Parts: sequence; C-alpha cells; structure tokens
Amino acid sequence: MVKAVAGRAMEPVLQVENINKHFGAVHALRNASLAVWPGEVVALIGDNGAGKSTLVNVLTGVLRPDSGTMIFAGERVSFSSPQEARAAGIETVYQDLAIAPHLDAVANIFLGRELTMPGLAGHLGFLDNGKMRRETEEQLTRLRVRIPKLGRRLVTLSGGQRQGVAVARAVMWASKIVFMDEPTAALGVAQTEMVLDLIREVRNTGIPVVFISHNMPNVFEVADRIVVLRLGEVVAELDPRTASIDDAVLAMTGARRRDARGEGAVVG
Amino acid sequence: MASTQTPVAPSLEAEPKPTLGQRLSNAFTLLILLAIVIIFTLLQRTTFLSIGNLNNVLIDTSQLLLLTIGVTFVIITAGIDLSISSILILSAVVAAKVMIQFSGTPEQVAAYSFPNQAMAIPIGLALGVLTGIVCGLVNGLLVTRLNMPSFIVTLGTLGVFLGIAQLLTGGTTVAGVPPAIQQDIGLRDLFPWPLFGADFRLIPPMIIAFVLTVAAAVLLNFTRFGRYTYAIGSNMAAARRVGIDVNRHLLKVYALSGFFAGVAGTFDLMRFGTASVGSHQSDNLAAISAAVIGGTSLFGGLGTIGGSVIGAFIPATLRNGLVISGVPAFWQNVAVGVVLILAVYIDQRRRSAEERM
Ligand SMILES: Nc1ncnc2c1ncn2[C@@H]1O[C@H](COP(=O)(O)OP(=O)(O)O)[C@@H](O)[C@H]1O
Ligand SMILES: [Mg+2]
Repeated sequence: MVKAVAGRAMEPVLQVENINKHFGAVHALRNASLAVWPGEVVALIGDNGAGKSTLVNVLTGVLRPDSGTMIFAGERVSFSSPQEARAAGIETVYQDLAIAPHLDAVANIFLGRELTMPGLAGHLGFLDNGKMRRETEEQLTRLRVRIPKLGRRLVTLSGGQRQGVAVARAVMWASKIVFMDEPTAALGVAQTEMVLDLIREVRNTGIPVVFISHNMPNVFEVADRIVVLRLGEVVAELDPRTASIDDAVLAMTGARRRDARGEGAVVG
Repeated sequence: MASTQTPVAPSLEAEPKPTLGQRLSNAFTLLILLAIVIIFTLLQRTTFLSIGNLNNVLIDTSQLLLLTIGVTFVIITAGIDLSISSILILSAVVAAKVMIQFSGTPEQVAAYSFPNQAMAIPIGLALGVLTGIVCGLVNGLLVTRLNMPSFIVTLGTLGVFLGIAQLLTGGTTVAGVPPAIQQDIGLRDLFPWPLFGADFRLIPPMIIAFVLTVAAAVLLNFTRFGRYTYAIGSNMAAARRVGIDVNRHLLKVYALSGFFAGVAGTFDLMRFGTASVGSHQSDNLAAISAAVIGGTSLFGGLGTIGGSVIGAFIPATLRNGLVISGVPAFWQNVAVGVVLILAVYIDQRRRSAEERM
C-alpha cells in the first residue's frame, strides 16, 4: 500500500505493510499498513481496543508481529526488543508512564544510557552527573521545555511535569522518529498545550512524530495527517485541513467510511 | 507558528510542598537517636557518654551495621532478604571449619597447636566471605530465574542455610578455632596511643565495617550500580523498558547482601573465636528494622546508607543505655518495635501522598 502522495519527493522514514498480530483469539492488527515521512505529525486515532497501542508496540520493538514487513530508513528491519528500536533512533513515550518516580529528571532522561566519568572511574561505573545535567539543560533549552528543578525526584512533581520528563526524554534521544501513546491523556489543558508544542518543535527539526490521542480538537490542531484504525484495520486516512471532526468520528466508529479528500468511499 | 512561542511552562503550577511525612522521616531517625542519647546521658551522665562506652556501642554495632547495609540495597530494589542471619551463621561456621581443617592435623589441633594457622586463617576468612556471596547468588537466582517473591525465597533459604550450618556443626558451637584469629587479628588494638583515653580501642572489625559502609555509600550514590538499584525499586517495568538488565542487576544485589552477611559472619570469629549456630537467629529482623527505621522504604526506590547507619545504631545504643541505667534490657525490644512501627507508618503516609499522581 505505498501511497504516492503528491509533492512528497522524500522516502518515508518508516513504512510498514500488512502487519498482523494476534493475542490468542483476538486479531488485534489486520493487515495494518502505515508510512511516515520526515517532518510530519501523524495522528493515530481509533476507538478503545482498535489496536493503536499494539501497532505502536510492534513498531517500537515491544511486540513482535505475526506477519508483515517493516522498512525503516530504507532497510528491512525487525526489532526484537525496545532497545534495538531505540538504537535505531526510534523513541517512544509509552501509555503507561515509563519513568522511575524516585529518580530526578536528569537520571530519568539518561536512564539506561548513563554517562560515566572518563578513565578508570568510568570503567568502575562512576557517573558523570554534571555532564548529564548540562546535556539535559542544553537539549531542553533547544526544545523549549521547562522542567523546574532538574535535581528533584519526580515524585515531588505534578503529573504534568512528570509526563513532560517522559516526553522530553523521547524527543531528546530520537534521531529518526518519535511515537507517543496518549501522551496527553493524564494532563490538564496547560500541560497538554506544552506537549503539543513539543510535538511541533520536534517536527520542525525534521523528525516525524506519530501520536495517539482521543482528543479530537488536539488531533486536528497538531496533526498533518490522521490515520484511523478500527478493529485492527487501517480504515481511513484523513487530511485535517479538509476533514471534520465528524468525519474522524464516523471513520472510527464505522458508521460510514470515507476518504477525507472526498474521493468517495474508500473501504480499508 | 505556534512553535515560536514559549510553551506554557509547567512551573506555573503550584509546587507540591514536601509533606509532613516526608519532612518527618528525613529527620526522624536522627531525632530518635539523639533522643536516646540525651535521655541516657541525663540519666547516667558520666557513664553513657564516656569514650569507653561509646566505643563499646561502636564495636557492638559493627556486625549489625554490615547486615543492615547489605539488606538496604535489597530493600531499595523493593525486595527483601530474610536469610542474612542464616548466611551470617553459615559463613562463620564454614570459616571456622576451614581454619581448623587447614591449621594442622586433628591431633595437633586437639593438642591446641596450630602449625599452619598463618595460612589457614586467611583461607578460612576468604571462604567464609565467599560462602556469603554464594548464598546471596542462590537467593538472587531463585528470585530472578523462578520469578518468585523475594520474601518467600529468602524465607526458604533462611531455613536452608541455617540447616546446613547445623548439619556441619551437629548443632553445637564450633570450638578449636586457632586463637590467633582473635588475639592477633580480631581484637588487635590498632590505635594504641592514649589520645582518647585508655578505654578507646580501634579493632579491625570496626575498621572493616567503616570501610565497607563508606564503599557502600559511594556505590549507591555515585555509580551506575546505585542508579540502577534505585531505578529497579522505583519502577521495575520502566527499568526493563530502557534496557537495564534487571535480572542481572538483582542477582548482583542479592550477592552483595550475601557478601555483607558473610563478612559479618567472620566478625564472630574475630571477636569471640567461635562460630555459634545458636545466636544471631533474629539478626535478620534487627537489620531489616534498622534499615526501615533509617528511612529505607519497603516499597522500594528509597533509602540511604546514612539512614541505615543511624538505624543500626539505635538498638545497640538503647540496649547499652538501658543496661547502664539499670533498666531491664528487654525494654530494648519494646522500644525498637515501637520505633519500627512508627517508621513504617510514616513511610506509608508518605507513599500514599506521593502516589496521588
Ligand atoms: N497483551 C495483550 N494480551 C491480550 N490481548 C491484548 C494485549 N494487548 C492488547 N490486546 C487486545 O488487542 C486489542 C487492541 O488493543 P490495544 O492495541 O491496546 O488498543 P488501543 O490502544 O487502540 O485501545 C484489544 O482487543 C486488546 O484487548
Ligand atoms: Mg492504547
């Protein structure tokens, strides 16, 4: 399902085709296909249980698909762990906050990739906390994220600030693509706005963002393209400039299937 | 474009203030220790604060301190090690048996002559510590490979390790250990100058405990090992997601706890020249209590070596003070129990305050 989208000269960063995934009798993904180009924000929407998280988990190495192909940065890949995906430049903000609340922001951002001191001390595992902190500050400034009191354990921060750390960690490390599974689900209006700004900020550096959200106004505010999943199938692709929220809801619930470009009914 | 505007700073929200529970528990243990010292000093001005007496408290506590430090690492990972008391006993027994074995022929040993003790004592000490590490590895393997709760695993090995020690000794105290371990090593006064008065003795167990405590603090605070210890206790799933080899790390942590218990076991030989299977059987609970009183959370992710040091000193300080004051030392158990319950209560309050994410 390689879609030749007008005016897109570049190769997609990520292109997956005909992904299938079963959980026992549940057919969670049915021939799902998706392509993501540099510098775009793709919103993945769908009802609860549509398979959004499963798709993200397959693409980020958490789950292995039963079948399907995945082409990433021009090469066929299959990730057998999240670490492999991360090493390839794929970062993820998971739906279940994957932070360690008793550590501070810097420790969380560098968790699993700690910088150690030069020389013997480094070989003994001594951490270079100063350097990690400086790099964090630099990156957060670049991304215009404000996390107050970098040295404070996250338990003492609000939920929004904690999610900010999780998002900052992903965007700071991503070199190819960022996935966010409901990054704003637990957030208030102000923090949601911050995350949406962050998504744009990342997109502007050329790195595409795929994010899942149930908040239609948010989706239409920030997405360049909307992909609709229903019962494990990609049933529609909408252009937020021409489609309406009603179109999106209809596509998600399956009352009527239509393509946003008004080319008539497209059955996925 | 929206990206040119500064994102709404999350710091606009009210900063959550540290809760009463948080502030309490930070100062909690230190306050308790201070209160104990003050009370006993007022009661028994001259004796309690004397150098000789404080020296006794230091010596008495060095063994419990090691157990506490080791188990602190385990508790920070949200695990528990109930078997440390049995590891201590088994390590002491193995060290004693090895020393006797290598010191000379059974006849020589029976005649109280130990021709090879210069070699036998270091080998015995090393194998005693190694026994502790092996026991810890067994715990770690069972916890990580069988995916069993550490409470159950170490409750099981608590019995297993003690049983092996009893089988090795026939249930009695191991006698016939070369006395040099006590005279020349364990009780040697390394500070013979009368700077702090004649009562002050600096013996090797104190130095070993001090050095290992400092090393543990460095390990926990400044290294990747320490960082992973906290991360696993804070959110094990998150630690796995970022690629930390959680099982491998836990294995090391249980081995570390075994190591500390093994070293604590050799202190018995150094100080008393015997390995007894009858004593120490509740040291596991004393050490866990000390760690918890010192602010280590049984829920994981929280704890400091400094807190554990203070926690470890509370029982010995209490006992010592009670004895000097002529109060039945059994009150120590009552007091430590009450303090423990208070400490856990505060920890729980703090935890539930934090969990309102
Ligand atoms: N680990 C799992 N085991 C069994 N079933 C699962 C698992 N993960 C997801 N599912 C099922 O797969 C379907 C898709 O789930 P999910 O991808 O989480 O949906 P979404 O994120 O769109 O709400 C659901 O029917 C869900 O119950
Ligand atoms: Mg989901």
